[in-house]
Amino acid sequence: MRLLMYTLSAMAVIALAYWAYNENYATQQVLKRVEALQAEIGRNREKLSVLRAEWAYLNRPERLRELVDLNYDSLGLVPLSAGNFGDVGLVAFPRDTGPELKNPIDLSAQTPRPQQEQTK
Amino acid sequence: MKRVPLRPLARIISAREKGEDPDLIEAENLRKRNAELSERDRFQAERRLLLIAGFYLLAFVVVAVRMGVLASVKPQEPHAELAGSPLVTQRADIVDRNGMILATNLVTNALYAQPDRMFDKAGAARQLARIFPDMNAADLLRKFNSKRKFIWLRRKLSPEQQQRVHDIGDPGLALAPREMRLYPNGRLAAHVLGGAGFGREGVQSAELVGRAGVEYWFDSQLRDPARQGRPLQLSLDLPVQAATRRVLAGGMKLLRAKGAAAVLMKVDDGEILALVSLPDFDPNDRPAINPKGRPEDQPVFNRAAQGVYELGSTFKAFTAAAVLDQRIAGPDTVVDTKGPIRKDGFTIKDSHYMPARMSLTDVVVKSSNVGAANLALELGGDAQKAFLKTLGLLDPSGIELPEARKARPLAPGKWTDLATMTVSYGHGIAVTPVHLAAAYASLVNGGVRVHPTLVARNGGPRRRGERVISPETSATLRRILRQVVTRGTATLAEVPGYEVAGKTGTANKPKPDGTYYKDRVISTFASFFPASDPKYVLVVTLDEPVESSGPKPRRTAGWTAVPVAAEIIRRVAPLLGLRPKIDPGAGMNYTLSSY
Repeated sequence: MRLLMYTLSAMAVIALAYWAYNENYATQQVLKRVEALQAEIGRNREKLSVLRAEWAYLNRPERLRELVDLNYDSLGLVPLSAGNFGDVGLVAFPRDTGPELKNPIDLSAQTPRPQQEQTK
Repeated sequence: MKRVPLRPLARIISAREKGEDPDLIEAENLRKRNAELSERDRFQAERRLLLIAGFYLLAFVVVAVRMGVLASVKPQEPHAELAGSPLVTQRADIVDRNGMILATNLVTNALYAQPDRMFDKAGAARQLARIFPDMNAADLLRKFNSKRKFIWLRRKLSPEQQQRVHDIGDPGLALAPREMRLYPNGRLAAHVLGGAGFGREGVQSAELVGRAGVEYWFDSQLRDPARQGRPLQLSLDLPVQAATRRVLAGGMKLLRAKGAAAVLMKVDDGEILALVSLPDFDPNDRPAINPKGRPEDQPVFNRAAQGVYELGSTFKAFTAAAVLDQRIAGPDTVVDTKGPIRKDGFTIKDSHYMPARMSLTDVVVKSSNVGAANLALELGGDAQKAFLKTLGLLDPSGIELPEARKARPLAPGKWTDLATMTVSYGHGIAVTPVHLAAAYASLVNGGVRVHPTLVARNGGPRRRGERVISPETSATLRRILRQVVTRGTATLAEVPGYEVAGKTGTANKPKPDGTYYKDRVISTFASFFPASDPKYVLVVTLDEPVESSGPKPRRTAGWTAVPVAAEIIRRVAPLLGLRPKIDPGAGMNYTLSSY
């Protein structure tokens, strides 16, 4: 009995030690991965900030104005003016076509047959 | 343990046979047993003591070993336990009121040389000169051959330049990482942003510090890591700023003005939507101040917030407001406008013919200096000074620019009657256009003092200003100033739909000796719109404009600043989302009948 107890506890110690060892290494692996990911996040953030700066640079009002002037033939854009404001009353109200029909069931074939045929 | 009987029968019997006392045997055995027991106890106690001592020894050894390890190993940076801690750049971005970027950071590299590690100094110098046109191969070679061990060659490199430096492949040329400040919109809002440069510099990094403008004013806030990169939001509106700058630059060129400034402000909370000062500069490459030129002619000089100018007749609105609010006169009160008035060797007269008597409304609408001077005398110097003080015209404007803090208005030291009279039409007192815009906003928004600001309020608490004039006076003043546009000195400011109102001002520029130039003026138009329910104030100032389409050159504000301001309003008001108020009786009929 006592021997069994000793053996069991010794085995438990070995098992727990193995588990702890394993966890330790798994944690170290995960930490390494976290570090790599953090570095990647940093690189991506840096890229993002460059892209944001580039976006702001390409969309600067001065450049947009030049592009609008260059492409006047195709776009015909002019500065917004007071004449561009409309009134809600001037917008044609869409005609009410009712709700759209989905999967209409043809009921014409299911009308009851004339009584005469049944009595024959 | 084997139990030994105290009275073994065999020995007792034999002892009895010999006639000995068997009790002695028992006593002898009992003694032996006790001795044995105490021996065992002692051994056990000793063992326990030994065990405890061993345990403590072990514990101390563990502590000692740990201390030794801690003392001998290199310190390691702790891992960030929490994921997603943002990589904070050195300096927060600056954005406009809609979140568009005005200033951001870019990672780049600086270039330095270590001549003692170079293997081909002449070749490196030649190739560097080819990459950077402003470098001279001979100069570089001289530097490389000097005793210096470390030479900074270039603060910022473009990616292409970096690649070409790499391609030289000299081990003595190396790159150092740098963060640089980028203003993607270039000259737009240059005076507001100011600029940034490098502070303390090391090989691996350099400090970015604000040099002027909001970059300087908010320097510590922008660099605060606790911000976590949250951008600073200004009240400026990028498209509005761009349109204002474009129109103002066009007007300045057309009227051959030396400089120009425009301030567009919301009347209720003093948020500045556009602040333009021309000529301007590129904040990416802030120019050094030319020591020869006058400071107020430099491009870095902010004419809108830093320069104080006599803004002329625009001040008549203040005179009229004070007189109306104190019920000294009403809008129809007749005022003596017969000039010229002579006072202390100074003559006050009107620039063109005026009737001898005019109503107060007409004094403002037709801009009579004599009438304004007479009204101011009725008001009294002390009341006038106090009124201008409550409008903030005698103190720095308080906007968030280091340059503006130094721009203290110039006012008469002794407020004599003559000073009262000249101040009533804007002479002898000099303020910045920002001051004028804030004061007009305070007058026309219902009479509550406005404090100008460059930071977006974003729905935050409004700074409650004190009451300056009553709402009724404000309404009367709006009606009077509207007439300046419909039938007065600013008829060119009529923008259909937006009910522009305002006051012109043309002031001769002072010479360095204290007298005034005849043919150099500062022309100003202080306007607000829509007149019936003001939302925005716009101040346009031109420095030495001249309109030469007529037979004689015209310099008055009505011909110079007013059309420019009108064009700005025409462009900007729709951008601000203001719906034009079109009279239903005129012009719009065709749209109604077309369907």
